[in-house]
Amino acid sequence: MTTVAVYSPKNVNRVIDFYDDTGYEFLPIDAEEVTLPGQVTGVIVDATTDFEQAVTVCRGIRKHRENGIVLLLLIERHQVKELALREGMIDDFVVSPFDRAELAVRLQHLLARHGQPEEHSRIMIGPLMLDTDTYQASLAGTPMDLTYMEYELLRFLASHPGKVFSRETLLSRVWGYEYYGGARTVDVHIRRLRAKLGEAYDSLIQTVRSVGYKFGLPSELLDDLEEQSDF
Amino acid sequence: MDPSKIHEDKRRFVLHVVEERRIKFIQLWFTDVLGIPKSFQITPAELASALDEGMIFDGSAIDGFSRIQESDVIARPDPDSFTILPNQPHVARMFCDIVNLDGTPFDGCPRNVLKRTLERTRALGLTFFVSPEIEYFYLDPTTTKPLDEGSYFDLSLSDTGSEIRKETVFALEETGIAVKYSHHEDGPSQHEIDLRATDALAMADNIITARLIISRTAANAGVLATFMPKPLAGVQGSGMHLHMALFDADENIFADSSSADGLSKRAHHFIAGLLAHAGEITAVTNQWVNSYKRLVPGYEAPAHIAWAHHNRSALVRVPVAPSTREENYQVEYRAPDPGCNPYLAFSVILAAGLDGLINELDLPRERNENLFTLPDSKRDALDIIPLPSSLEEALLLMEESALVRDTLGDHVTEWFIRNKHAEWDRYNTRISQYELGRYLRAL
Repeated sequence: MTTVAVYSPKNVNRVIDFYDDTGYEFLPIDAEEVTLPGQVTGVIVDATTDFEQAVTVCRGIRKHRENGIVLLLLIERHQVKELALREGMIDDFVVSPFDRAELAVRLQHLLARHGQPEEHSRIMIGPLMLDTDTYQASLAGTPMDLTYMEYELLRFLASHPGKVFSRETLLSRVWGYEYYGGARTVDVHIRRLRAKLGEAYDSLIQTVRSVGYKFGLPSELLDDLEEQSDF
Repeated sequence: MDPSKIHEDKRRFVLHVVEERRIKFIQLWFTDVLGIPKSFQITPAELASALDEGMIFDGSAIDGFSRIQESDVIARPDPDSFTILPNQPHVARMFCDIVNLDGTPFDGCPRNVLKRTLERTRALGLTFFVSPEIEYFYLDPTTTKPLDEGSYFDLSLSDTGSEIRKETVFALEETGIAVKYSHHEDGPSQHEIDLRATDALAMADNIITARLIISRTAANAGVLATFMPKPLAGVQGSGMHLHMALFDADENIFADSSSADGLSKRAHHFIAGLLAHAGEITAVTNQWVNSYKRLVPGYEAPAHIAWAHHNRSALVRVPVAPSTREENYQVEYRAPDPGCNPYLAFSVILAAGLDGLINELDLPRERNENLFTLPDSKRDALDIIPLPSSLEEALLLMEESALVRDTLGDHVTEWFIRNKHAEWDRYNTRISQYELGRYLRAL
């Protein structure tokens, strides 16, 4: 049997009632219960009373279970625009007034699809992880605060490890248009990226004298990684 | 790459980072014509529309923006400048360009003025890089007295100012503003932070950010940081020397290894342009009444229009490169102070240099004499002209300048001159402590 968790601060039973003939098992949860039992594969979150609280619940659930769970959000018409900023947080939403048949079909479709959860596209190389869907970079598990150009430059270099690029090439491939800074801007960004990588990892970006830059894992870093993997 | 695709990509980047890093507020920054930072704060819910359409506001509330009949303007955030602020993990900022309701650049926006000047530079195939040395004082906020009696490069064990400066450098680095050096300056409680060169637009943004970070870090420690050019009589004032270089793609056009001093002909023309227009741009690089109390003989600040390799009393200095690497060939312009509006100051300095370059102006002889101690008669004989000695004098030169008007545009030029004359008049009609002390009983 499919178990669907339901969060509704106002009236859980009203929401469950929508589904009473679906054959699912329903599990009412409250805002603190974000660590869901393994058998739960779907969640309905009612955001119509407190949108921010509902968002917090969704985040909490996602944090504990990234894959293998679908999130359906119930919202009011005026809340639609808020969702533009929250891609990836939910799988679908339904706008009030709710139509019983629509809700049931949407949930059914979502659950049917969840067998093939969409993978985030990721670049993982040594200690560096780049999520190209969400533009997040992390280094040894710690998120990095990057500007757009720093992120793009790092993504480009890390996508072609070991390959050397000249400043001009980087400028045209990464910046993609004439920028006030010219080729020297590449140096400025490389320096900033290295500073953000910190002493431990700044050698991920290597200068190739009188040619340009490349992304590479120096051998000592590889050794470190192997040592770490023993734990 | 397609520009609209890049714009969409940048937009998505900002929206995603705000979501993923739980940003609660986004500050939209810009400056008025005098370079005073202004900001308004939006929430993530307003961000998408701010990026797409910008935020409309009443420009008449901002100094130098006002045109009562059509006062609404739009602040359009620049996603390239999106940065999470240090020590405030849920707050990010973006710099804005100000545009008119029809989307055309607003003439009163200093960032637009600099962008226009940089476009002209780019049309010549050149890019302009700047590295500033920002000087300032830490003072006790109640007594406005210095915190210490230290001096240049002093290393002492318990030095509140140096501790605050260290923290400031961390915060700057965290914001993505790279620091080259920082040290105690010559005056008591005077400090200096030198930023690594970036293109001029990024650097003007960086200076605005750095001033705020310096002030905030000090305020958190209960100390006042001031960029007032000359806060204490009898000691050094605070300058903001600018080290500059022009690049043609990868090549520093100021360097020429085959010449005697390593400087290219184009460097000579650029310096000649700076010297030729120095007087008329000073009102912009030194925009306050107090700025002119720094530009007096006897301290580190220049008072005369001349250039040299080693002479610290000269306006333009070409420091001897520590190595022959071409990026070390930089021209240092020593008049500006940290109270200037960097967007406008960079614009007029660059325009002056470019004028020299385009018209191939001849470089006057290098001056190695101490210009402070040289008698007036000797200086006159050598044709060494002083910099304007007051805001009023500087304004009179600026009013005559076609170069300044062309660079800043009519809107900014006229407002600036009006505003600064008014400031001069206000200053001039005040009775100072000095006058009371000197005349009240004696006369």
